[in-house]
Amino acid sequence: MSAMANPFPEAPTTWSLPDRGKVAMTGLIIAESAIFTIFVVAYLFYVGKSLSGPTPSEVLETPIFYTICLLSSSLTIHRAAKSLARDRVGAFLGLWLLTIALGGLFLYGTAQEWHRMIYQHGLTISTNLFGTTYYSLVGLHGFHVTAGLVMLLVVAIFALAGRVRMQESRRVEVLALYWHFVDAVWVVVFTVVYVLGR
Amino acid sequence: MSSSAITIPGVQIEDKPWVDTLHEWVTTVDHKRLGVLYILYALLFLVVAGVEALIIRIQLMFPHNHLVSPQVFNRLFTMHGTTMVFFMGMPILFGFANYLVPLMIGARDMAFPRLNAFSFWLSALGGFLFYFSLVGANGLYGAGNAPDVGWWAYAPLTARAFSAGHSTDYWALALLVSGFGSIGTAINIIATILCMRCPGMKLSRMPLLAWLNLVMSGMVLISVSPLTAAQIMLVIDRYLGGHFFDTQAGGSAMLWMHFFWIFGHPEVYILIIPCFAFMSEIIPVFSRKPIFGYPVMVAATVCIGFVSMSVWAHHMFSVGMNSYANSFFTITTMAVGVPTGIKIFNWLGTMWGGRIQFKVPMLFSIGFLFQFLIAGLTGVMLGSAAFASQLTLSYFVVAHFHYTLVGGVVFGVFAAIYYWYPKITGRMLNETLGKWHFWLFVIGFHLTFDLMHIPGLLGMPRRIYTYEPGRGWDTLNLIISIGAFIQAIAILAFVANLIISYLKGAKAGNDPWDAWTLEWSISSPPPPYNFATVPTVASRRPLWDLKHPEDPDSRYE
Amino acid sequence: MLALLFLFMATTAVAALADPSTGITNIFAPASTPAKMVTHLSVFVLAITGIIFVVVFTLLVYSIIKFRGRAVDAGREPAQVYGSTQIELAWTIIPILIVIVLFLATARAIHAVQDAPEPAGAIEVTAIGHQYWWEFRYPKLGVVTANELHIPVSDPANPTPTFLTLLSADTDHSFWIPELAGKTDLIPNHPNGMWMDPLRTGIFLGQCAQYCGVQHAKMLLRVSVDSPADFAAWVRGQQQPAVQDASVTTGRRVFESNACMNCHAVGATAANGRFGPDLTHLMSRVTIASGAATNTPENLRLWIQNPDAIKPGSLMPAMKLSDSELDAAVSYMETLR
Repeated sequence: MSAMANPFPEAPTTWSLPDRGKVAMTGLIIAESAIFTIFVVAYLFYVGKSLSGPTPSEVLETPIFYTICLLSSSLTIHRAAKSLARDRVGAFLGLWLLTIALGGLFLYGTAQEWHRMIYQHGLTISTNLFGTTYYSLVGLHGFHVTAGLVMLLVVAIFALAGRVRMQESRRVEVLALYWHFVDAVWVVVFTVVYVLGR
Repeated sequence: MSSSAITIPGVQIEDKPWVDTLHEWVTTVDHKRLGVLYILYALLFLVVAGVEALIIRIQLMFPHNHLVSPQVFNRLFTMHGTTMVFFMGMPILFGFANYLVPLMIGARDMAFPRLNAFSFWLSALGGFLFYFSLVGANGLYGAGNAPDVGWWAYAPLTARAFSAGHSTDYWALALLVSGFGSIGTAINIIATILCMRCPGMKLSRMPLLAWLNLVMSGMVLISVSPLTAAQIMLVIDRYLGGHFFDTQAGGSAMLWMHFFWIFGHPEVYILIIPCFAFMSEIIPVFSRKPIFGYPVMVAATVCIGFVSMSVWAHHMFSVGMNSYANSFFTITTMAVGVPTGIKIFNWLGTMWGGRIQFKVPMLFSIGFLFQFLIAGLTGVMLGSAAFASQLTLSYFVVAHFHYTLVGGVVFGVFAAIYYWYPKITGRMLNETLGKWHFWLFVIGFHLTFDLMHIPGLLGMPRRIYTYEPGRGWDTLNLIISIGAFIQAIAILAFVANLIISYLKGAKAGNDPWDAWTLEWSISSPPPPYNFATVPTVASRRPLWDLKHPEDPDSRYE
Repeated sequence: MLALLFLFMATTAVAALADPSTGITNIFAPASTPAKMVTHLSVFVLAITGIIFVVVFTLLVYSIIKFRGRAVDAGREPAQVYGSTQIELAWTIIPILIVIVLFLATARAIHAVQDAPEPAGAIEVTAIGHQYWWEFRYPKLGVVTANELHIPVSDPANPTPTFLTLLSADTDHSFWIPELAGKTDLIPNHPNGMWMDPLRTGIFLGQCAQYCGVQHAKMLLRVSVDSPADFAAWVRGQQQPAVQDASVTTGRRVFESNACMNCHAVGATAANGRFGPDLTHLMSRVTIASGAATNTPENLRLWIQNPDAIKPGSLMPAMKLSDSELDAAVSYMETLR
């Protein structure tokens, strides 16, 4: 086919396709959901099956405050992305940093809880089935929060250097999508561990 | 592959130093080059795993044979299975998807070229890690120790207590790493297909190859992750004292089986669906008719994608699930045979009334049709839980899955290679050598895998390094092994063809097969940018419309 | 291909029936009710899949021959047909009906095999899988043995089936005697059950079917289906305490002072290890090492001296006894009838 004349039929007047960043992040979220589902299934399957050691009700304290922190961070990141889309860079930066702080607080809460469980109650990942499934599930989630925070920090650094403008709002939205996913997973983990599994 | 430079008449381009070419290939983000890298990587492992199979077959030629020790035999079948599935099957199909999907949808490249490269190199690292176990698994002071737990790595055999050393860890780690690569490529394929189609190419006008790779990629996202999760749990058990599969602590060996097969069954559909895609592109061209029932083919594939997620425990019919569970998995397994059968009928319908050309791609496709029919029917037998209680864990299953994987996937891949090699390299594969390859392989394949059903029916279990004489298995095993050697000779002819044709094959031109999808509208090999002008399409067969302006498909769709 | 298969099956079935002492174990020559139920179902499934095969195969062959491109057609394309709704419906609905029929037949067989109630006269056996041998306990009869199972033939008028409870001491195993029943796995921490009611006497062979480690291949099974009288005699023999033969005290001392008694048990002696097979009535068995060798003094001697010569990788350690200790130990074993 010579490149000179266009042999193909006329293009349609409108041709819009979805944003590839959003599609890719959705794909990643689907894959990650599948991983979390398996850990949740293992957790639920082993509820009450430990042969020894501390039980959930003896050891768990519902982390209401830190949950509120994490879930609010979804709100703040959503507002941040919206601000950036309207080129309100200052508001974006403030809300973005607030999101990071709330996420960091959540991680601190998890660390505190683990410290208490290990040193006060002697529950580790190798103690019994509850220990194994609890630390794996909550740990996997915590790992994803950490990865998310790292990415948020990277964006924060560039934002502080003045490099994040309205043109970047699409990418920021993709990252916000990931953050919402992390929060949604926490809702599930919270329900399974602190509500159903007790 | 010929250089990426565009040939401009009258301009001399100097030969590039080989180092520069190597550097280009190692740092490439071009989907065509990455596709070729995937395919070459997979062909290398095809040969490696094939040699493993030959050693297995020599050991099993006679009862009480002493070619290899039981320890080595157990490593061989573990390596053979794992390599063929993860380092041959997945990469070669991702390679073809990478090469063909952007071309067929009129795109410049994949949605995320750097992610594409990253995913390839991750997968390659996985393969390397897996074989590094031969050296590293017992530390440098001990002999290497490849994994020997079977490619399903059932618990508690994989626990520290029963698998000392690090061989099992290499299994888990290598697959974790290549699993991330697979997920990356799947995300890329989905984003490419949904977001990069050329104007006019609505989803209902996409080539079936694009549709089927879309479904396959969706399945990868959902089903590779359970394996990743299970392997993380296994590593936690082995290194952090976890008890996920620790039966002494109340853990469940069955849980591993469920998690593994929730991955494992969709995995085999992930392997076959791209081959269905090849059939759906090749059979119409060599029958000179459009695919029969395009919408039904799409619907059937989507249906297979969903239903195949619900059949996994038919791999567990012997483990003692209750009769309700066994009945459930029986009906879902048989149900998934319906859309699969529909596809076979549609390919038959495509050939019906056509003018079939028996070029080598079509020969392999016809072989595929016959063999997949038989494989599907033995699958129905295995799907019937009560019948399966005899058939499972025996050589009947080994025969069945080699029928699908070799008779289906490998034949499909051969068809694809003969069909698209001209596009990729600009040269035709030799037709005579191709026919030798085909007939030798068919004879060897049937000698081995038809007969292999029988020892299973006579009680021969799988994964045994030797067997007792007088069980009725001796002669059969001997002939099966001979068939394996015939297949090996066929592969030699194939490799010879690949190399000789690359050096001296006839020039292919843009469109040697008179085909109808967009990749045949550009040069062979394509320029790095694929399309000089962005194509627009008005039907499923844009080149048919161009070649037959008086009777375009767009009038009928 | 399937026709050939069937032919072969018929031949071997005849062969097996003709001489029950051959090692042929053909799933189409069932000798017990659960195996028969599976065989009946399988014939039905084979018939239906066979018909499907013949129909589709014929159509494929026909289309390849009838619609092959000829030189005269060069340049002309055939009629471009895109599909047909009626045909699609036909070849969707018919397979669905076939699936329903096959499913119903299968469900019936599954239920009949798995949910069969245990009658009063049943023999109860607990089978425990080990790497790489089988432990059999008859709790109600007080019998403990290994690797070779003795069960009574079952008279349909007055059934005495054998109901097995399947456990595992280590990894996954699978109990498979093709002519007596489909296989069922032995999974640690997951007790399973199965039953068989052999309808004729004889020896039935099988082996472990679930990969369990290095010597999975030689974890063989030997089931002796005895007449009621023979079975009763066997049970009585197994219930006896260990033979105390004064002439082999040296051997017995070798056995009890080396590590042997840590793994093996001999009834009514100090040896009560559970890791390896119970040796109280070792001489009542035809084979040793779970079928890997026949039970002769030479093989026994070799097994104790160097198990890897018979079953490389088995968990029996080489005992490193001197020649005289070895001979004494073997003489002791030979008295354990």
